[in-house]
Amino acid sequence: MIKEKRIALRNIGNYNPGSIDEYLKLGGYKNVERALKINPDEIIETIIKSNLRGRGGAGFPTGLKLKFTTQAFGDQKYVICNADEGEPGTFKDRIIMEMDPHLLIEGMIISAYSIGASKAFIYIRGEYTESIDSMKFALNQASEKGFVGDNIFNSGFSLDIEIKLGAGSYLCGEELALLESLEGKRGYPRIKPPFPAEKGLLGMPTLINNVETFAHIPYIIEKGADHYKSLGTEKSSGTKIFTISGDVKRPGYYETEMGVTLRQLIYEFAGGIKDNKKFYAAILGGAAGTFVDESVLDTSMGYETLKDKGAVLGSGAIMVMSEGRSVFDMTHSILKFFMHESCGKCVPCRIGTVQLLQIMDEAKNNNKDKKEILNKLLNESEYMAATSLCPLGQSPILPIKSIKQFFENQF
Amino acid sequence: MDKNSIISKFKPDNDNLLNILHELQNTNPNNYLSTDDLKLVAKYLNTTYSSVYGVVKYYSMFSLKPRGKYVIRVCKSPLCHMIDGNGLIEHIKQNIGIGLGETTNDHVFSVEASECIGHCDEAPVIMINDKVYKGLDSEKIKEIFQGIKSNQ
Repeated sequence: MIKEKRIALRNIGNYNPGSIDEYLKLGGYKNVERALKINPDEIIETIIKSNLRGRGGAGFPTGLKLKFTTQAFGDQKYVICNADEGEPGTFKDRIIMEMDPHLLIEGMIISAYSIGASKAFIYIRGEYTESIDSMKFALNQASEKGFVGDNIFNSGFSLDIEIKLGAGSYLCGEELALLESLEGKRGYPRIKPPFPAEKGLLGMPTLINNVETFAHIPYIIEKGADHYKSLGTEKSSGTKIFTISGDVKRPGYYETEMGVTLRQLIYEFAGGIKDNKKFYAAILGGAAGTFVDESVLDTSMGYETLKDKGAVLGSGAIMVMSEGRSVFDMTHSILKFFMHESCGKCVPCRIGTVQLLQIMDEAKNNNKDKKEILNKLLNESEYMAATSLCPLGQSPILPIKSIKQFFENQF
Repeated sequence: MDKNSIISKFKPDNDNLLNILHELQNTNPNNYLSTDDLKLVAKYLNTTYSSVYGVVKYYSMFSLKPRGKYVIRVCKSPLCHMIDGNGLIEHIKQNIGIGLGETTNDHVFSVEASECIGHCDEAPVIMINDKVYKGLDSEKIKEIFQGIKSNQ
């Protein structure tokens, strides 16, 4: 029987998130104290060596991001925590913020110190009211204890952290749209390059990481890069939180080493398929993710291994569908979602997302040949992927292509 | 609290715009932002009314029309939709008589669609103002509204 290995979730349930004193008894903020005695460059080297990759979905090496931000020129550097969790089927960041807010703060302080940033923001989606309250409370407590603010642990390093709210835009989880939103504008994506590490918030070098990514950093400081790298697989080191939902007996959040198989996640952690039914499909990585069939059940869950199979790891969301569910209906729902969330700035996405849905609606009403419909969808989404400005317009091709690959005859 | 003192809790920086708008909307009994609110914010941040208006229109959580005291957000994410279909919307309609995008005449309830609320392991879910209600069916929906109505 496979076991959980908790890093980002390691304190969950071990302390009352409203009490910083209980957190301190667990050794809280010790890793910040430890880190502030280390040379910042050494911290960055450690993170690079650990092979930690961004847990928000894109999987970019975190250490490199730190390095690029450090090397960029700017009077002021910023750290931003992307807590605009909105990918359907994903709720890992919410769990961390509600149940272990101090771990996130620790990860942010260490990161800010390593790149020389004195100002940080946590951008939380507006609907996450409990996360917002929890983070506000924890931040106040951390400030009162002197862990956030001036001259932290007498190191001479100071950091101010502020909470900013989103207001119902999925797109603002995309880092450049998030920057626009944080600057008090409509959440439109920017053209990249320049990347945020070079020119981010207010044109200054900015480090943007997902909540879960920050939550790994204190652990790496504590245990060292070699230990962290020994977890997981060679190319996908460490652990990952998987949020499993849909037709399983025990839906929920599970953190385990990368390299676990989808079968283990669904049948061991989540207890298997509900109502004695058979597994039919799973959607990995959310709406901007991929459908897979049972041929992927024994694939190791890692960035590259899934890519080889035509799937993605993404945010770690796993939406499970049992026999009797319809891939067509699910696709319809996903395409409706993209249409609603398209910001309208660039033409291919604004028009493309509408056309994709029209193709689906036509198919529904006219009972057209499904294979022809699928080819139309694929063609359209390929144009969008090639010409859209940001990941939203580039995403519909992911589920559509995966249907072509795995469910062409059942669409 | 009057609106000026709500706004002046924040520094007059553009990056506070969304936080200010949230605060103004949340303290309004009808959960919305008026033209005067937008003008006030624009003046405070030394920007134009049109730019504030543009921001408000972009974000789906903000409303320029008066809404009910209770704003009900029904999760329409692919997962909740798979589990529930249109069940919740029907049940809500049976209890308070309105559908998506509508507000009751007495301005007590408004119903809106929301993207993934992040409680997928307990689908289907809705939010009523700040609170999330999980694992819902027709019985639970009935209880929720009975509870709210008896507190009115």
